[in-house]
Amino acid sequence: MDKLVSASEAVSVIEDGMTVGIGGWGPRRKPMALVRELLRSRVKDLTVIAYGGADVGLLCAAGKVRKVIFAFVSLDFMPLEPAFRKARESGAIEVMEIDEGMLLLGLRAGAWGCPFIPTRIGLGTDVLKNATDLALIDSPYDEKEWVAMPALKPDVSLVHATRADVRGVCEIASPDHYMDDLFVRASGHSIVSVDEMVPSDYFYDAEVSRRVFWERNCTQAVVHEPGGAHPSSSDPLYGFDIKHFKQYGELLSDGGYSAWAEAFLGDSESSYQSAVGGLEAIQSLPLPVY
Amino acid sequence: MRFSLAELMVCAASHIFEDDGEVLVTGIGLLPRLAASLAMRTSNTDILMTDSQSYVLSQPNPVSGLKSHQGQANENWMGFARIFDNVWSGRRHALVGPSQIDRFGQSNISALGGTHQAPKVQLLGVRGFPGNSISHANSFFVPSHSRRVFVEGECDVVCSVGYNNDRLPRGYSFSDIDVRAVVTNLCVLDFNGPNKQMRVVSLHPGVGLEEVQDNTGFDLAVSAEITQTTIPSEQQLDLLNELDPLDARARQLKNNPAGIRQAEEAES
Repeated sequence: MDKLVSASEAVSVIEDGMTVGIGGWGPRRKPMALVRELLRSRVKDLTVIAYGGADVGLLCAAGKVRKVIFAFVSLDFMPLEPAFRKARESGAIEVMEIDEGMLLLGLRAGAWGCPFIPTRIGLGTDVLKNATDLALIDSPYDEKEWVAMPALKPDVSLVHATRADVRGVCEIASPDHYMDDLFVRASGHSIVSVDEMVPSDYFYDAEVSRRVFWERNCTQAVVHEPGGAHPSSSDPLYGFDIKHFKQYGELLSDGGYSAWAEAFLGDSESSYQSAVGGLEAIQSLPLPVY
Repeated sequence: MRFSLAELMVCAASHIFEDDGEVLVTGIGLLPRLAASLAMRTSNTDILMTDSQSYVLSQPNPVSGLKSHQGQANENWMGFARIFDNVWSGRRHALVGPSQIDRFGQSNISALGGTHQAPKVQLLGVRGFPGNSISHANSFFVPSHSRRVFVEGECDVVCSVGYNNDRLPRGYSFSDIDVRAVVTNLCVLDFNGPNKQMRVVSLHPGVGLEEVQDNTGFDLAVSAEITQTTIPSEQQLDLLNELDPLDARARQLKNNPAGIRQAEEAES
């Protein structure tokens, strides 16, 4: 089965009001080319679930988002993501603010078909006060109270992998696949952008096939986007673009979304890449060192 | 022997892991990470530490000057999903720097002021604080001991559980919660006062008890055995040079104050 499609074809399945899961972590391996395609679309009123970075910031700034389910939105070296910060402080978006691990459990419940997973996380904190849809339950086995973390089930998930074949066998060669496997498994439809397309026999190598974290029947669409994680990293191919993130921060803080979009978004990924210095420049960004 | 306040704080913080045994120690921020690294090289060599990316290391990486993760002393892969397996097992001690801490030992990194729908200042979000605090030991690192950090009431957003009867989950007691120590630019505190009240354990050289209390928004207990914070040894300072070869620690506190206050005043 050939699942290779263009970015615009891939994201055209996303409709107003849908819940969209986005893989990666902060400024690391975000499916930014797919996010940019969403920014170019007319879609709105999305609920976004993410370990957030510029993906969440841009979608909020562009007015695409009704609700964000998050534990943090951060660019690591810039701890506070400027566009998300603005959206929050203006009260423009609804949020479900939960612990990083609760997000993992919610996706796992979604993937496993459980309505919830019991956890201690959140007890005693304002997470329970603020996320009013979180229920406390009794355990049949002890006298303690437990948080019932509800299943999170994105209608569509977007993730960025290193390589894939046209059938949707995806390799993540980065040091960490984060919760991308859970996003893919929890959602009804997964779109994977990749830096490189490979023939199926690439995966015959046992070491390579260990870097495949979900089965191809969880992948519905593959989009070939070299440099598509920019300005986030796609380790081991390229690092995140600190210089661009600084510009991004200034534009979104001072001029807002339209200033950023006019400077960079363009009408296609190739025009975006020209605006940020070209694919070669992206591919030569040094890997982050922590 | 000269040493900076940052070095004094790092060395003091390195002692809080002494009796932890084989736990994963996570220091968030340069100075806390340096403290954890120093502990792993001195007071508790059984500590586990990560490369802040995806591997557990047998020897800590330097906090400055690292060019690449290639060639580091990997012990096992540990991606973020697997970090939670460790966190929820309780075998971890985190040293973190919250924006607010209250008298219960609750802390805040999420947002300041306003409402939940529209906070006055959006910070990071709760991150992993709720899960960390209900699962394992946590200590705090405070570069600027003030009433802005040690707030009078409860934290604006309670991100981590503390010793607060009103919020204690059903079936839980204070012995299920482990808020261990606070290292600030003025002193070291723990929570071993009456009813887990925050308590001054040691004062940094040249700091008086009154100054600590004046800069704290709630009443502190004082240890009967209150001491002066132990000053860094030559061995510790040598190791700090090795773990932080570019002296990034000198750029963490405003004006990089001296470790012994009189010296600082004499200079300025």
